[in-house]
Amino acid sequence: MTYLADVVALTRKDLRIELRGRDTLPAMLLFVLATLVVFHFALPEQSGSGAAYGLLWVAIVFTALLGLARAWVPEHEHRVLDGLVLAPCDRSAIWVGKALATFAFLVAAQVVALPVFAAFFEPLDATALVGVLLADVGICAVGSLMSAMAAAGRSREVLLPLLVLPLAIPLVVGGVGTAVSADPVRFLLFLALYDGVFAVLSWASFEYVVTE
Amino acid sequence: MSASSLRGLPGLASIAAVTMGVALLLALVVAPEDADQGISQRIFYIHVPIALTAYFCFGLGAVKALLLLWRGDERYDLESYVAIHQGTIFGALTLITGSIWARASWGVWWTWSSHQLVLFLILFLFYCAYFMLRFSLEEGPRRERSSAVYALFGVALIPVSFLAIRLADDFIHPTVFTRSGPQMSGTMFATFCVCWAAVTLLAYVLYRVELAGKRLDANLRELREALQ
Repeated sequence: MTYLADVVALTRKDLRIELRGRDTLPAMLLFVLATLVVFHFALPEQSGSGAAYGLLWVAIVFTALLGLARAWVPEHEHRVLDGLVLAPCDRSAIWVGKALATFAFLVAAQVVALPVFAAFFEPLDATALVGVLLADVGICAVGSLMSAMAAAGRSREVLLPLLVLPLAIPLVVGGVGTAVSADPVRFLLFLALYDGVFAVLSWASFEYVVTE
Repeated sequence: MSASSLRGLPGLASIAAVTMGVALLLALVVAPEDADQGISQRIFYIHVPIALTAYFCFGLGAVKALLLLWRGDERYDLESYVAIHQGTIFGALTLITGSIWARASWGVWWTWSSHQLVLFLILFLFYCAYFMLRFSLEEGPRRERSSAVYALFGVALIPVSFLAIRLADDFIHPTVFTRSGPQMSGTMFATFCVCWAAVTLLAYVLYRVELAGKRLDANLRELREALQ
């Protein structure tokens, strides 16, 4: 039970920092809306609905990257990470807390962005929304770990997209598939498989990337 | 530097060179010409062994990474790095030879319908990022572990990406090229096996040479620091 309490406390810490500072969420929101407007001009008239769904996924991945780039900044600015690592809690709880907070930011940005997408371009059905949620889980799980790795490096802003994008390609396949395929269940299952594999891997390996 | 890292290496290198020569001779001269694809099919004897060797190197890198995380012995770090370095070189060669083959048989330099080529492109991007990660971190246990964790993600990404590329066919609808299946005659199969052995041996020799060089470099640096 203490593990769960640690996770809740760590997530709350991140959400509270965001509520007070408002560093991440407004930036993500503005970014995704601006991207959707750019897409309108990037898509020629005859490109069809498939292209719009594809671009939506580009927007989702890049918005997530924007959030992830900020994810560990407070920890590094004030050397909080050292304190967290020394705290008597399981280190993986730090990762779970961070992934949950990033997930919350991403979903909050999408609550605005997806209706706007539907209004600007094409409607999204329930399976596509489930696909978005499943892909969010995957990208936050993998991204929180990669972001922790990149944050220790010299050029973290440049490094993070390079680390995450190859890992996000299967999520984009799954996400676009749920929106455009005639048989979206396969893609939902694939996304769930991805989430399972990479969440377990990230959870198990987080301890190694933050301890000296 | 321990002498063991160089022991047997010249002999092994000679064997690799001879095997490679025999393999090239078999692939270019002895093996019968493919009735369907003609001379361009001969690149198969180089392309496929290189691709298999790249997978092998990535796998070896991940095994060494796992050993590093498990046992904490820092020598596995260098071994994992060198294996992935070789894997990336062979991966790049796979992309180049695959591209040449695509040009020869289908008239295009790149095709998204070849699952293996697309997979190698993703892996190539992934493992290039491995080097970016490695060189942006300060040398030390944290860099070793982060690199190891990333290498482990690589072997998980291989099957997941392959599945994703297969699934993507559902909505990308490629023009389907049929590559005439593995209907190899006895000589062709033997040639393929010799080529595979030669490339694997070559990769192993390169791995050992690079490892010996890197260890020499590290030891030299330690000595220089001790002298200062």
